[in-house]
Amino acid sequence: MTRIGVITFPGSLDDRDAQRAIRHAGAEAVALWHGDHDLHDVDAIVLPGGFSYGDYLRCGAIASLSPIMSEVVDAAERGMPILGICNGFQMLVEAHLLPGGLIRNDHGSFVCRDQRLRVENTDTAWTNRFESGAEITIPLKNGEGGYIADAETIARLEGEGRVVFRYLEVNPNGSINDIAGITNTRGNVVGLMPHPEHATEEGFGPDTDAAMRNGTDGLAFFASALAALSLA
Amino acid sequence: MTDTVANAIATPDHEQPYAALGLKADEYASIREILGRRPTSGELAMYSVMWSEHCSYKSSKIYLRQFGQKVSPKMREKLMVGIGENAGVVDIGEGWAVTFKVESHNHPSFIEPFQGAATGVGGIVRDIISMGARPVAVMDQLRFGRIDHPDTARVVHGVVSGISFYGNCLGLPNIGGETYFDACYQDNPLVNALAVGVLRHEDLHLANARGVGNRVVLFGARTGGDGIGGASILASDTFAEGGPTKRPAVQVGDPFAEKVLIECCLELFAGDLVEGIQDLGAAGISCATSELASNGDGGMFIELDKVLLRDPTLTAEEILMSESQERMMAIVQPEKLEAFLAVTAKWDVETSVLGEVTDTGRLVIHWHGEEIVDVEPRTVAIDGPVYERPVAYPAWLDALQADSASALPRSNDVDVLRTQFLQLLGSPNLAAKSWITDQYDRYVGGNTALSLPDDGGMVRVDESSGLGFALAADANGRYAQLDPYQGARLALAEAYRNVAVTGAVPAAVSDCLNFGSPENPEVMWQFSRAVEGLSDGCLELEIPVTGGNVSFYNQTGDVPIHPTPVVAVLGVIDDVARRVPSGWQDEGNNIYLLGTTSEEFDGSAWAGTIHGHLGGLPPAVDLAQEKRLAALLAAGAGQSLIASAHDLSDGGLAHALAESVLRFGVGARVWLGDILHRDGVDVATALFSESTGRVIVSVPREDDVKFQGLCEGRGYPVLRIGVTDKLSPALEIQDVFTIGIDELRGTHSATLPDHFS
Repeated sequence: MTRIGVITFPGSLDDRDAQRAIRHAGAEAVALWHGDHDLHDVDAIVLPGGFSYGDYLRCGAIASLSPIMSEVVDAAERGMPILGICNGFQMLVEAHLLPGGLIRNDHGSFVCRDQRLRVENTDTAWTNRFESGAEITIPLKNGEGGYIADAETIARLEGEGRVVFRYLEVNPNGSINDIAGITNTRGNVVGLMPHPEHATEEGFGPDTDAAMRNGTDGLAFFASALAALSLA
Repeated sequence: MTDTVANAIATPDHEQPYAALGLKADEYASIREILGRRPTSGELAMYSVMWSEHCSYKSSKIYLRQFGQKVSPKMREKLMVGIGENAGVVDIGEGWAVTFKVESHNHPSFIEPFQGAATGVGGIVRDIISMGARPVAVMDQLRFGRIDHPDTARVVHGVVSGISFYGNCLGLPNIGGETYFDACYQDNPLVNALAVGVLRHEDLHLANARGVGNRVVLFGARTGGDGIGGASILASDTFAEGGPTKRPAVQVGDPFAEKVLIECCLELFAGDLVEGIQDLGAAGISCATSELASNGDGGMFIELDKVLLRDPTLTAEEILMSESQERMMAIVQPEKLEAFLAVTAKWDVETSVLGEVTDTGRLVIHWHGEEIVDVEPRTVAIDGPVYERPVAYPAWLDALQADSASALPRSNDVDVLRTQFLQLLGSPNLAAKSWITDQYDRYVGGNTALSLPDDGGMVRVDESSGLGFALAADANGRYAQLDPYQGARLALAEAYRNVAVTGAVPAAVSDCLNFGSPENPEVMWQFSRAVEGLSDGCLELEIPVTGGNVSFYNQTGDVPIHPTPVVAVLGVIDDVARRVPSGWQDEGNNIYLLGTTSEEFDGSAWAGTIHGHLGGLPPAVDLAQEKRLAALLAAGAGQSLIASAHDLSDGGLAHALAESVLRFGVGARVWLGDILHRDGVDVATALFSESTGRVIVSVPREDDVKFQGLCEGRGYPVLRIGVTDKLSPALEIQDVFTIGIDELRGTHSATLPDHFS
């Protein structure tokens, strides 16, 4: 069975939720610890949401220097699928696996909402099971989710099709170009602010037109990683 | 110079600042009598905080006993831990238990709203951890002054962002709560925080220090100078105009430290490394040592200079009184100490061994080798003063009750009804609270089955079976001002109903009783009536009170707040997949009104919002009827006959219909004729009266016969009053008004952002 690791930092919050989502997708979830230098032979990695070290400094800044991050960087360079969700996205940016930065929401408050997104790039390890241009709804919850980068970086991301997700209807945090998530040039490392792991089980996801809390649009993220690994 | 026990004996006439510490002259005298000498300054510090109203319940104790006395055998069946421990524990079946408690952090949240509210969340969560449970959700019950008062925004912004900051960072979903605005809370907002945790039966831990030679270990954040006197000076006194600032008595929170502490404690419990545990909240080390010792073998020896400090200049007295957050005290067997320290080191939690359990019957504390405390711990923690305060029927109450809302002009003109309906929908207390709740994480944990805007919150406990619990907390200070006995029963009935509409079966109660000064005999009368009402009500419903909190001195100057007994009801549901939302989502479902309507406007939202009126007698409440209603709803949800259910309370039928439409944006056509005919009321009464025992449910057509049969079989009054309509985006009340969903939503959701964004 495919093994997907979830790294727990002291202040990780959605780590058990990411593990559950991985199980829902039919893979084995492996708990990894930030203080180790051991990836336990996993095939892919999820950096979960939370407040890794309290994040009183820039979010993810200290976590990006955690012992296990050197293994994560090596794995990323070898092409292993790596997904950073929310605080995990912030860590990937702080670790320079993805460009740009994430700043405090433009309205100044934490926001939790069911967020519409468009999938702009279906060639990544975490989105290959989506239809191109698919519109999905998954929860978003962050205080520092405003994506920024210099104009040159934005132009390169847009030009190379590396904007993977874009906010629809509402830009919840002031991100440039409504950017919700991006990928690296190789397409194996993806980071986004919204939370796909919270839309993988009927009854506990976002509301849909059909039924309360029944949205499972997040499942395809993990199914994509399984597909990418089976091809590799 | 250190004030040692020997020094206290040698200098009996030394003047001590007991009054500045919040003690009365007779209380100081009785401390001297207990000790047979004057207390040392350290002992005085301990007694002053532990004998404070906040910690000792000295004014409320004689009334709170009723909760333990008015119990039937059925109420004891599921109660694993009752009043007196950090939080009550309820058996929910399948080897699982739930612990929950609601607590006030009112005064700190007025002085320093952000930290006050944040540490309110932190404190109640530590109570839950102390029971051996994993915290799984929080809720909050907030009351602010007038929405348009210049100071209200300061308090609202601070409190909401404080709860958001702390709760979100702990990874606890916020599953519900309530927010009210009323001038009576202007200078004394109420911030009540509720936390709930789950545990396996065998993981239950209690706060006691047993086993002579076991180590007393303090772990978590370092001790600092914050929150000194929080319980005594701040929580147990009224605010006086022009008095000194009390900001230093407010604690400062670090949610990351608490998050790590939660995980660390759970790993300690899992490794069976802890004999007894207590969180450090009000009264800090004074409370933890004296309570642990009192509840155990009775003796403890502590070396206070082993406490790790944030500020090395703190005196022994300050260390004893500090309410620094994110600290726990554990009793650990010596042979398990090494394993204990390995776990705390893994989580980078600082730990110091302060002393050990003894069989001397004395709590002895040393400071750099000198004895500064030598007391019998019970005299500090348990046998504090008990007051039977004077009680007086309020001089103004008869006049208030005589001033019924039935005398107010009430129009049945359709244009007036439409205007009043929209006025109520957008009024601060009935308007959407999403501006607040969108700042809270409701998803984390992946087990949230219901949260706001549904009537109750619901969390899955067991992933394989779907077993879960529901929670709702309610209070109506306006009703309680008119009649505190009835007000408490109404709060209980509403929370009970709000749990029942989710499909869960109500099982237990926790409360947070917010009142003015107990030194005011009229307040004491209100308090005594509210406790009587609540305890009588719980006995009638046969659900036990598992614990709670009393908050007195909620007043600035001479004017107390409305009595505000917040009642939280916990329910159990076998499978959260059968939960019921508060609004309809499907086309062509029939809408039924359960219960009957009579002319009950006294204390209502209609009287308050349209006429600025408060007077008369609050609605009647028949708890036997509420019990039948809850059983009916549980049966309907259990057979999956009910597509939605919404409780009728503030704002009456009209508001419940509006919220049911807005939940999923699906319209409805409603007719009132049968209500008018059966109940003999006018249209305004049908729409806005706040009669109890009522719920609207939507039922799929194919289940109609079964549902009606269920109601008839149980003899509960039911009327079909409408049908859901997915194609027409409006709420149509036939022959009265039709209002589009966009207008409803605009009116409902604009109010809070207009004032606070």
